[in-house]
Amino acid sequence: MNLSVNWIAFKTLIAKEFIRVIRIWVQTIVPPAITMTLYFIIFGNLIGRRIGTMDGFDYMQYIAPGLIMMAVITNSYGNVVSSFFGAKFGRHIEEMLVSPMSNATIIIGHVAGGVIRGLLVGSMVTLIALAFTRLHVAHPLITISMVVLSSVVFSLAGFINAVFARKFDDISIIPTFVLTPLTYLGGVFYSISLLPELWQKVSLANPILYMVNAFRYGILGTSDIDIRHAYLIVILFMVGLFSIALVLMNRGVGIRE
Amino acid sequence: MYALSIRNLSKTYPNGNQALKGIDFDVEPGDFYALLGPNGAGKTTAIGIVCSLVNKSGGEVRVFGHSIDNELEAAKSCIGLVPQEINLNLFDTVQNIVLNQAGYYGIPRRIALERTEKYLNELRLWDRRREPARNLSGGMKRRLMIARALAHEPKLLILDEPTAGVDIEIRRSMWDFLRRINEAGTTIILTTHYLEEAESLCRHVAIIDGGTIIENARMSTILRKLQREVFVLTLREPLGQAPVLQGFETRLRDDGDLEVAVDTKHDLNGLFELLSARGVRIRSLRNKANRLEELFMGLVENKQPAAGDAPAMQVDIT
Repeated sequence: MNLSVNWIAFKTLIAKEFIRVIRIWVQTIVPPAITMTLYFIIFGNLIGRRIGTMDGFDYMQYIAPGLIMMAVITNSYGNVVSSFFGAKFGRHIEEMLVSPMSNATIIIGHVAGGVIRGLLVGSMVTLIALAFTRLHVAHPLITISMVVLSSVVFSLAGFINAVFARKFDDISIIPTFVLTPLTYLGGVFYSISLLPELWQKVSLANPILYMVNAFRYGILGTSDIDIRHAYLIVILFMVGLFSIALVLMNRGVGIRE
Repeated sequence: MYALSIRNLSKTYPNGNQALKGIDFDVEPGDFYALLGPNGAGKTTAIGIVCSLVNKSGGEVRVFGHSIDNELEAAKSCIGLVPQEINLNLFDTVQNIVLNQAGYYGIPRRIALERTEKYLNELRLWDRRREPARNLSGGMKRRLMIARALAHEPKLLILDEPTAGVDIEIRRSMWDFLRRINEAGTTIILTTHYLEEAESLCRHVAIIDGGTIIENARMSTILRKLQREVFVLTLREPLGQAPVLQGFETRLRDDGDLEVAVDTKHDLNGLFELLSARGVRIRSLRNKANRLEELFMGLVENKQPAAGDAPAMQVDIT
C-alpha cells in the first residue's frame, strides 16, 4: 500500500464528506437540533419535573448524556449509510473504485465523515442541553473517548448497511427497526435498575446500553454497568465491524459485478 | 511492455451469462485503439475488469506490466476511465469533482488545482467550475468526465462511448482534444458506436462480438480487407429503373438515388464510363456507410474471424 497516496486520498475523502455535511445542513444539522430540543422540553422539563431525581441527578441532567449519545449514534450511522449508498446509487462510487486508494482507506474515510457529523451534532445537542440544565464533565477522557469510539462503531455499521443496500428502503430498515429500538431501550431515559431482574439481564445484551452508560459515567460519574465492559464491547465491535467491512469491500459485495 | 495486455480473459455473470469467453489482445504504448462491437458484445465488461469495476472469472490483465491480481494499485494508477454512463456526483461542483478525483489518486492539492484549471480550460468548463454538475448539459457532463479522468494524467485513458448523445460540434472538438493528448503520449482505448469516430481517430481496431475477439488488426490493414463499398449516386434526371451494369450491383432507391456496390476488382472510372455510355448524368456521390461500418457489419453478421485472405465481406445493400 502506498501510504502517501492513501493519506492524500483519506484527506480528500474527509474534506468531501465535511463539505457534504455542511452543504446539506438543513438535512444533517437542523433535524437533530429540533428533535433534541423537543426531547429536552417534553421529557426533561415537563415530564421530568414529576419524575424527580434518578441516581441522585435531576431527570433532565440524567437524560442529557443519553440524548447526546443518541444523536451521535444516529447521525454517525445515518451519514455513512446515506453518503456511501448515495455514491453507489449515483455510481460515483466508481471514482473511488478505479483509483489506487485502498479499500481500507475508503472505509476509514467514510467512517471519519460519520464521526465528524456525529461529533458536530453531538456538540450542538450538548449546547442545547446546556440551555436546559447544568452539565459538569466528571471524566473528560472517558467522555471524549467513548463518544468517538461509539461514533466509529456506528459509522462502520452504517457503512456495512450501505454495502448491502440495493434501494433507498434498505438504508432505513436498520435505523427504524433495529437502531431506534435499541437506543430507546439502551438506558437513555432510565436506569436499568428500575427494570425487573429478567429485563435487566436482557438489557445487558444491548451494546448501546454500555455506550450510553459509559458516556453518562464520563459526564455525571454514574453508570449502571462496569465501564471496562463498555470499552471492551465497543472495541470488539469496532474491530469486528471494520473486519467485516474490509472483507465485503475486498470481495466487491454490492459494489463490483 | 504493452500498455495493456489481456490474456484468456473470461467473465461469467451469476445469471450464467458468459460475457467474455477467453479474449486476448495487446495495446501498444502510445496507440489509439478502438474496441468495437455491438451492444452486449462484452466491451464494457472487459473495460470494467481492467478498471476493477467488475470481478473477472479467469485470465490475466496487465497494465504497463502491472498485474491487476497482485499489483492492483500500481495498475490503477496508470489508468483513467471515462465510463459509458454518466457517473458524476451531480450535487458536487465541477471543480470539486476533478479535484477529488486527483486526491483519490494521491495528487497533492497544489498540483491538483493546477491540473483542474488546465483540463477544465481545455474542455471549456472552467467558467462553470463553481456550478453543481447537475446544471451542466449532457455534452458538458461528458467533457467533465474526461477532465476528471485526466486529473492524475494517466498513461492509459479508456473511453467507453465518450461521445454518446453529444452534438457533432462538441464531438469534433472532443476528437481534436483526444488526438492532442494521444500525440502527447497518452495511450487511448476507445469504444464507440460511431464507427466514423473510430476510423477517424484510431490506428488499431479490435472487434468483439459474443464475448470473443473476431478481428484485431491495424486500421489500415483491416480497411484493406473491405472487399466491397456501396456508393449512393444522386442523378441529374431520375431513372425509371436501375441500369444493368456489368460487374456492378445496382439498385434504385425510393428517393430516386442510385445505389451501386463496387468491389475491389473494379474501379469508379469504369463505373462512370458505363453510366456515361447510358446517358446517366451524376450530380454527386457519397458512401452509403463509412468503410469501417461496412466491414464491421460484415464481420458481426458473419461472426467469423477475418483471416489475412478473408473472403469477401457480405454487405447487404438492400
